[in-house]
Amino acid sequence: MTPAVTVPVASGDWGAIFAQYLLLSLLSIGGAIGTAPEMHRFLVEQHHWMTNEQFSASVAIAQAAPGPNLLFVAVLGWGLGGLFGMCVTMTGILLPSTTLTLAAARWGEARRSTRGVQAFVMGMAPLTVGLVVSTGYILGMPSYGNPWLLATMVLTVAVCLRVKLSPLWLIAAGGLVGAFLA
Amino acid sequence: MAPPETTLDPAAEPAKLPERDEAPSMMTGATTVEDAAAPHSILDDNSPRAPKSPGEIFRVFTRLALQGFGGVLPIAQRELVERERWLTREQFLELLAVAQVLPGPNVVNLSLMFGDRAFGWRGGLAALGGMILAPWCVVMVLAVGYAHYAQHPVVAGALRGMGAVAAGLILSTGLKLVPALRRNVLGAPAAMVLAVLTFAGIALLRVPLFWMLAGLGGLACVTAWRRLAP
Repeated sequence: MTPAVTVPVASGDWGAIFAQYLLLSLLSIGGAIGTAPEMHRFLVEQHHWMTNEQFSASVAIAQAAPGPNLLFVAVLGWGLGGLFGMCVTMTGILLPSTTLTLAAARWGEARRSTRGVQAFVMGMAPLTVGLVVSTGYILGMPSYGNPWLLATMVLTVAVCLRVKLSPLWLIAAGGLVGAFLA
Repeated sequence: MAPPETTLDPAAEPAKLPERDEAPSMMTGATTVEDAAAPHSILDDNSPRAPKSPGEIFRVFTRLALQGFGGVLPIAQRELVERERWLTREQFLELLAVAQVLPGPNVVNLSLMFGDRAFGWRGGLAALGGMILAPWCVVMVLAVGYAHYAQHPVVAGALRGMGAVAAGLILSTGLKLVPALRRNVLGAPAAMVLAVLTFAGIALLRVPLFWMLAGLGGLACVTAWRRLAP
């Protein structure tokens, strides 16, 4: 596989990246992973700062590590600009939601069974499902051209829907399959 | 080990515990009595135990975060409810319900709220730091390794394989959320149509997320609000 050409991040781009992650923080209603399609749209399709493969590999790396899934944002940031990039994306994704949570948690606690909050939760639930499935579809993009990788992806879905297995083992197995193919 | 879907809770069921492999067998005896007696408020004086300091919160959250592969929420529940007994099961579910309504990762919101209740913002930062700092270091080491060896054919191949599995993991997480839509106030058919439209808009047409949430999400929320009329 030849490395796809990517555009390096210019120093003037960091403001836009930070702003994008600040916005995504407030839009992450179904958890951080639901905003991955928007990150992909911004980083891969719009600005060509990374390839499909780099994007998917970044999420895979975060999934192989312990801790909240949110940390895929750190790996993406690292890919954009090392330690600095990591701090930009992580600060962006954490600052608004953290501030809002500290400010509004008590407010939300008192009103969580009110009609308005229930309507928000119920109304957004189908979109959350659509967003998570979209994330899976987009992460699969580098695999669709290769029958073995596609089979690996389909097999993962089949296994996950039937048995409970630590994702760590599945990712390790995927790594072995991929290394064998290379 | 934690199933991957637990980090992405079906927002349709704000008070549903993450599925667990093991039965909550620790929740017996005196704990059950205390749980039953606990009033429905978060972290009040009737909490079984309380963290002693922000430092203790930081240590416990670091410990639980490092155990969570593919989802920290079930580990958080086990550690906070069963091991430390800082929360009753009901209190945990209530924190989770509020965490799901607010934007941001649920487990991060839950940590912040827990720490904030115990020691104000210092506690919140201790819980957040415990939840993300150590895993962040692990991820950073992996990212450095990836950047260093990405051009190596075997490493690149392994990462392609890992990427395919990651895609499958998240796809199955999404598919497992589908049955929960049956209990949605919008009705199962309408909720399914909304999910499919979201997929088409986001994954295929690449509509910006903001417009999707504001347009389709707004419509869905207004419809749900009407359906919830007393």
